[in-house]
Amino acid sequence: MKKDKKEHALNFETPFQYAPAPESTAPVKLKERYALFIDGKFQAPSKGIYLPSINPATEETLALVAVADESDVNKAVKAAANAYKGVWGKLPGKERAKYIYRIARILQERAREFAILETMNGGKPIRESRDIDIPLAAAHFFYYAGWADKLDYAFPGRKAQALGVAGQIIPWNFPLLMAAWKIAPALATGNTVVLKPAETTPLTALLLAELIQEADLPPGVVNIITGAGETGAAIVRHPLVNKIAFTGSTEVGKLIQRSLAGTDKRYTLELGGKAANIIFEDAALDQAVEGIINAIFFNQGHVCCAGSRLFVQESVADQVMRKLRDRMSTLRIGDPLDKNTDIGAINSKEQLQKIQGLVKKGIAEGGDMYQADCSIPKKGFWFKPTLFTGVSASSTIVKEEIFGPVLSIQTFRTADEVIEKANNTPYGLSGGVWTDKGSKIFKVSKQLKAGVVWANTYNKFDPTSPFGGYKESGLGREGGLHGLAPYVHLV
Amino acid sequence: MDKHTKTPYEDLTCVTVDQVGVEERVSRLTKRSIKKESKVWALKMALSMCDLTTLEGKDSPGKIRQLCNKAIRPHEDLDIPSVAAVCVYPSLVRLTKSHLKGTKIQVASVATAFPSGQSNRAIKLAETHWAVEEGADEIDMVISRGHFLAGEYAYVHDEIAAVKEACGKAHLKVILETGELSSLDQVRKASELAIRAGADFIKTSTGKVQPAATLPVTLVMLETIRDHFYATGKRIGMKPAGGISTAKNALQYLVMVNETLGSDWLSPSLFRFGASSLANDLLMQLIKEKTGRYQSIDYFSKD
Repeated sequence: MKKDKKEHALNFETPFQYAPAPESTAPVKLKERYALFIDGKFQAPSKGIYLPSINPATEETLALVAVADESDVNKAVKAAANAYKGVWGKLPGKERAKYIYRIARILQERAREFAILETMNGGKPIRESRDIDIPLAAAHFFYYAGWADKLDYAFPGRKAQALGVAGQIIPWNFPLLMAAWKIAPALATGNTVVLKPAETTPLTALLLAELIQEADLPPGVVNIITGAGETGAAIVRHPLVNKIAFTGSTEVGKLIQRSLAGTDKRYTLELGGKAANIIFEDAALDQAVEGIINAIFFNQGHVCCAGSRLFVQESVADQVMRKLRDRMSTLRIGDPLDKNTDIGAINSKEQLQKIQGLVKKGIAEGGDMYQADCSIPKKGFWFKPTLFTGVSASSTIVKEEIFGPVLSIQTFRTADEVIEKANNTPYGLSGGVWTDKGSKIFKVSKQLKAGVVWANTYNKFDPTSPFGGYKESGLGREGGLHGLAPYVHLV
Repeated sequence: MDKHTKTPYEDLTCVTVDQVGVEERVSRLTKRSIKKESKVWALKMALSMCDLTTLEGKDSPGKIRQLCNKAIRPHEDLDIPSVAAVCVYPSLVRLTKSHLKGTKIQVASVATAFPSGQSNRAIKLAETHWAVEEGADEIDMVISRGHFLAGEYAYVHDEIAAVKEACGKAHLKVILETGELSSLDQVRKASELAIRAGADFIKTSTGKVQPAATLPVTLVMLETIRDHFYATGKRIGMKPAGGISTAKNALQYLVMVNETLGSDWLSPSLFRFGASSLANDLLMQLIKEKTGRYQSIDYFSKD
């Protein structure tokens, strides 16, 4: 969509340029290489293979990280199984709670260090890692520490028994936060853990391993091993693993489900999404525009619950589009460590290529593209905030999860129409409804087939709230009371 | 007493405002980190936007002289601009005008039974005429909050329009006294009403009621100004007043203007601060940026 010349245009080319305000990297003391955290110690991988982990904003190598093969996975799972049998499974809840509280507290104390490293390794703006990722990760540990000695109340009249060893595989979009989502409920319910962070963003999980040593957790209770898909597959296959918790793509989720068929392993899958964000004409429009921005550009759109399909009621569509374009001209894209940066780097070259490919397809299929007018750094992986209009339900960019800062926009006239359009997707993770009318919120959100629906806000997370999807967005819930259930046998 | 009936102002449909969303946006804007050259630029800009104000019963010719001197030359050492205006009661306009002769500094006068507005229209208009005759370049009027809260929008609208007419060439700033309006929806509504009735500027507060200017209220007013600009191409000015005493806070307002309305509004002709103690904190920060050290407040003239 081109800017209409006749419009009265606000001028965002401003003499008020914010000088760079970069966060210092001094608090982060990286090692040259990181081994595998197994049985409370860092152990070299059996084949001795290490791969570089880079900063996506500069393409510089931050550290070398071990690749675990099948024998390393075996070692880690055995360590976890022994720790479960020997110590952790026998420990009373209130004792487990003490350890989890300790992790939470140390994480809070070292929050700045974790935030900076998260931004260096993942490319997300420091504003987000500092204000969202790290505080939320600590909050998850605090929350589940509270449940550890209260499982009888979580499941009244039943006895909750731990499952044993939980194999946990997490994605690269919220590296530490996803580790917390996985580890905290597992430990609270008495399970031990083998966790594999994503191959592009392992560093905060490895720093968490050091923190776990500092917290004096019994050896083997939490094992953190690094590697790519093969390592993950070896965890899923391992016979001593009792539960798999996976967050990642729907494609890999399906593979995992297939390989678990016929076993008695429990599993939860947190997969992709293509959420509908619905703006009604009676919404508080300026705040709704802010909500659109938060829904799609938060973490460069690398969010499974991103509001990537925007539906605007026709009567306010022009107004919303104009406000949205103006708001986009004030987004600051660049150095993720700069405190004024709104949009950081794309997580990896591979992901950037995927986004570029889908956007090319969007244009080829006849969509109108609008990009924020901003400069991007020469080095590193970047993608400008992007809007598509003139698209419909059959467009590739409307159907497929892009996992980048690309928003497709469609209009609607009635609530029934938008509900049908919103549900017309194989995904069903999240959604947003914007209206000043309370009754409309309930009417619409009840009919949306999505695990999480936000009303007049978006991308809000809290450890007490369950999170999970319908359909191809996954199975099971994480967070809240619901997040305990996948980690226990009820007898 | 004015004769008025409860006339509905049928045209007053406004977009709604979500308070939670406004506060989130404000908190995000206030996290901008303004350093080095951008800070110096913004401090100077803020200073040039100040309406140095004295609105006390005890205001004296001496106090006015002092304030005008400060307005013309805020600090002896710095390469800095004069402030935008000096704001006084009507009885002191002539004197203020004489002190500011030959400068570009505007004389602003409050009028319309400031600060409560509890008077009749004839008196309000007479006071406005008087202030303009005395030489005021700008009139800061208050709206009749009682009528506004009673839903008598037509009454409020017509009153503002009448005062605007009485202003002649003088610019009209309309004070909404947002501290008495109770919700952001009401702030939005009053802003629209004032703009439609002919306000050149909309202003948050008299400074006599708490809370005075706040960032959320200002954001809602700026968004109203933005919508009016989108619809008509007309640029309405904004003046938060009262309660802004630190340079840090002033810079947060400028960031908000910068990212809501863009650079056209970063000018004393469209944005003002109504404040008395703010100027000295801006000066203090400017000295600090220049020398690297903070000076004692005793080195800065108090008005």
